[in-house]
Amino acid sequence: MKKILTVCGVGQGTSLILKMTVESVLTEMGERADVENTDVSSAKSMSADIVILSQDLARTLGDHEAEMVVVNNYFDKDEVKSALEGKF
Amino acid sequence: MSYLNEEIVVLNREVKDVDEAIRQSGELLEKKELVTKEYIDAMVNSYHENGPYFVIAPGIAIAHARPEDGVKVSSVSLLQLNTPIEFGHEQNDPVSLVFGLAATSDESHLENIQRLVSLLGDKENVEMLKHAKDYDDIKEIVGGE
Repeated sequence: MKKILTVCGVGQGTSLILKMTVESVLTEMGERADVENTDVSSAKSMSADIVILSQDLARTLGDHEAEMVVVNNYFDKDEVKSALEGKF
Repeated sequence: MSYLNEEIVVLNREVKDVDEAIRQSGELLEKKELVTKEYIDAMVNSYHENGPYFVIAPGIAIAHARPEDGVKVSSVSLLQLNTPIEFGHEQNDPVSLVFGLAATSDESHLENIQRLVSLLGDKENVEMLKHAKDYDDIKEIVGGE
């Protein structure tokens, strides 16, 4: 099963929002994945297949072994869906 | 827990800058003893340290700090700005809805986030929130408590 990290600056608020949006999108897509929310500094040392975050945080995170997926609207299921399409 | 009830939602506010906007969303929580004064400072500091990443949708900021920074009760406030302001976010500026979020590590926080996700996942709701003049205009879609 793929491991997905949703990331924010603090790890408790907006990354959790994104995790919920991602989980509901995965359900709609009929895909399963292990989704975890975390803060950007912890994300640096965590392994994952996909990291989902904002453009701003992608720069802070820098290089990561995982595939980076950038989204602008953490509430927008359509945007998250098209960003994740073809990744499974 | 406390979630977008009438006492922690303020509409049509003018602020001079981002710090003031964040501070006011936190003060709504502090006045109801949901967070400490230190939590408000931590919210502002988080913006200065981590940047405007918490502007997570067009026109929407979710200002917050860490649970250990002074959260007493899991809660969500809202400050609606009369004149939208720039947070310095590349895609989602300017911001007119500033939610003050106080997270805890328990179920009530999950519940608050879930409600926020279903509220703001609907674009019609977002438009209503941005243009509401009175709490009664949004009472139904918000379902505050």
